[in-house]
Amino acid sequence: MHKLKLLLAGTVAALALSGAAAHAARGTDGDLKILFWQAVSTMNPYLSGGTKEVFASSIVIEPLARTDEKGELVPFLAAEIPTIDNGGLAKDLLSLTWKLKPDVKWSDGTPFTAEDVIFTWKYCTAPDGGCAQAAQYEGVKNVEAVDPHTVKITFTEPKPYPYSAFVGGQSPIIQAAQFKDCVGAKAPGCTSANFGPIGTGPFVVKDFKPNDVITFAANANYRDPAKPAFASITLKGGGDAASAARAVLETGEYDYAWNTMVEPEVLQTMLAAGKGRLESAFGTNVERINLNHFNADPSLGDKRSTADAGPHPSLKDPAVRRALSLAIDRDIIVEAGYGAAGKATCNIVPAPAAVASTKNDEWCLKQDIAGANKLLDDAGWVKGADGIRAKDGVKLSYLYSTSTNSVRQATQELVKAMWAEIGVGAELRNASAAVFFGGDPASPDTFQKFYADVEMYTNNFDGTDPEKYLAEWLCDKVPGPANGWQGQNIPRYCNPAYDKLVGELSKTADVEKRNALSKQLNDMLTEEGAHIALVHRGDLSAFAVTLEGVKMNSWDSQLWNLADWYRKK
Amino acid sequence: MTDATIASPAPAIASTPTRSAMADMWRQFSAHKGGVAGLIVFVFILLAVYVGPYIHRVAPNQINIRDKNQWPSLAHPFGTDNLGKDMLAQVLAGGRISLAVGITAMLLALFLGTLVGVLSGYFRRLDGPLMRITDLFLALPLLPLLLVILLLFRDTLRAAFGPETGIFILIVVVIGVTSWMHTARIVRGDVLAIKSQEFVLAAKSSGMREYRIVLKHILPNVLSSIMVSATLGIASAIITESSLSFLGLGFPSDFPTWGRLLFDGANFLQLTPSRVLWPGLAISMTVLSVNYMGDAIRDALDPRAVKR
Repeated sequence: MHKLKLLLAGTVAALALSGAAAHAARGTDGDLKILFWQAVSTMNPYLSGGTKEVFASSIVIEPLARTDEKGELVPFLAAEIPTIDNGGLAKDLLSLTWKLKPDVKWSDGTPFTAEDVIFTWKYCTAPDGGCAQAAQYEGVKNVEAVDPHTVKITFTEPKPYPYSAFVGGQSPIIQAAQFKDCVGAKAPGCTSANFGPIGTGPFVVKDFKPNDVITFAANANYRDPAKPAFASITLKGGGDAASAARAVLETGEYDYAWNTMVEPEVLQTMLAAGKGRLESAFGTNVERINLNHFNADPSLGDKRSTADAGPHPSLKDPAVRRALSLAIDRDIIVEAGYGAAGKATCNIVPAPAAVASTKNDEWCLKQDIAGANKLLDDAGWVKGADGIRAKDGVKLSYLYSTSTNSVRQATQELVKAMWAEIGVGAELRNASAAVFFGGDPASPDTFQKFYADVEMYTNNFDGTDPEKYLAEWLCDKVPGPANGWQGQNIPRYCNPAYDKLVGELSKTADVEKRNALSKQLNDMLTEEGAHIALVHRGDLSAFAVTLEGVKMNSWDSQLWNLADWYRKK
Repeated sequence: MTDATIASPAPAIASTPTRSAMADMWRQFSAHKGGVAGLIVFVFILLAVYVGPYIHRVAPNQINIRDKNQWPSLAHPFGTDNLGKDMLAQVLAGGRISLAVGITAMLLALFLGTLVGVLSGYFRRLDGPLMRITDLFLALPLLPLLLVILLLFRDTLRAAFGPETGIFILIVVVIGVTSWMHTARIVRGDVLAIKSQEFVLAAKSSGMREYRIVLKHILPNVLSSIMVSATLGIASAIITESSLSFLGLGFPSDFPTWGRLLFDGANFLQLTPSRVLWPGLAISMTVLSVNYMGDAIRDALDPRAVKR
């Protein structure tokens, strides 16, 4: 403590004398206090798929390249991004060659080489390893060293978008020397390595208390001698979103709190204290209402929401699906629940800008109660005595489920009130997030089982290429008992024309054509009412006003450029 | 201040030559000032909750996003929430549900607890098995049990009674059957103490049947501890219901209860304090008034006190 005070005093004196730029030398800005309201349980992202673990480990270990705040790739441990133009990506899309930065050192002083990259691939693909990020290495046939600073990846089939292995916070490079005895089934047992990985990043782990506090110190061997500006980091875990936001914005006890998703007016009152600011970054998160294309009547028992139940009695009518979307005022939902962290949208692929369609914005973004009522009138749905429309004994009354979260419950109530205006009834239900997203095939409340007529949640895709994501609406991805409810086509949408177009996308390498196809697929889903996209959600985090150099990033770890952070004097 | 209203009927009762047991009890009850105050507050809450909606005619679920987060005004005496719903209407509607759930669940738990407690205290043979069952229930992890009960019966009850009544029955039963254990233990202890006293021995030797001994001699003597558990039971039932709602196991989210209103309002404490103040006050006043009433009823029912 005494040393720290001396250090701080020295810093102030040095700055007063030099009057130089804000961050002049390594370790001169003292301690950075970070608050994660979901505590971190390991520093090895390969053993936990949680966002919090991926973010925390990005302080220490780095990938070859990251995606920056604009959605573009920037080299980290690589010297450059391999493309067809610079010869890094083969013309047949079957191999990718990365050139590494020549004189990067691990924090223990040993050199970083191609062997570490190869080891990382072997570590994650080892049998019985239970690697949480195995999807990143899907389709990789082999990784080999051309020379100590060049790595060649070969793929089993042509990869139009090859930047997933060793790119981003989810697949950083770990040190071969430290993890060599931790491969396969032995991986979870290597506690000291998993809690304190040796890295190339700006900080090293000093002390790790699982699910509590982690302290870091600046890495003496970091490749830029002037960075990082902070001497140490204290990362505290626990609490909830509202208290985390309060600790940064109102009391100023912390410098950075991650994921402060709280009602906008509550954040406003905290901001009034003037201790902090909010920053949001828009990735690909979209809050949507899935419309069940199969019958979900409880009297069908185990058959409901499967192909055996047959089409949904009322949602099979395209007019109903369109009217449900028209009746919703997305701006009010954004205002009530999201504030600056949300934008009204009608697209399931809302970003990056190159693939975001605007075709349907005109009719869809504006609420049109009269138009929706007319659509339903014309389709023969007549209002009954209770104000609910019906046709041939089928009522437009839906069971509407979602996960438990105050913003979601408020949205449910708003949508219910809007639907009431066009004669559609809704019964609200919510399940704890642990159950709803838990994926337990024995539970009837999971979003995959979809034992409801409509359900609401958020989903996104990793990276900036939507191909894999758009393939989720293929006919053969419908979840059901046969595949253990594991398919991703939750709305049970099925259209052979759509399937054909997705097939075309997977064979196209040209970027322009890929973008056009992606837009076309997105528009098809919106126009046919596979679901109702509501809000393009941003990541929202709180920062102290004195913290500078932050670039909020939704495509990678929010701590991706931690080395550049400094404190304003 | 309450004395004036209470004092007048007392002499009237005293002047009648044959005093009934009820009048006796009322006299004892009214001597307890806290109990009378509790009764007045409880009756006021009941009236407000059941008659109030006929005076304050605003639908609790009416969303008006333009009027969100308002402080108390003439149109909205308790202010509005973040969707612009009237808080007074919500507190009144929530009170009906919370009180109904609290009282019904308490009665069920009380019945089960007293039954198990008296049986195991009075009949030696049943003592072991019944107390082990009580231990078993105490050791059960509540949350997984609730999840299983919910999964098994939710759709059946929803189909039979509709979403709201079905959930009401489910919640009352779930809370009732998982909160009788403490009452059972307390009652058993009291019964053990009382059954070794001389008057029970006297009743036995006079040839009185066992069930009559239990009803006439044991039960009136353990009533005071039952009353105390009952008052505590209402409070814990209201609170359990709110935690169930939070987990998504309770009523639909647009169905206000005091616990849910309190929970939803917690984040808005700085912005609109009335959102937590009124439901919180309602829960505390109900619990407190029932507690005082329980205290007074215990005094009124205590046979030793009546003799005096």
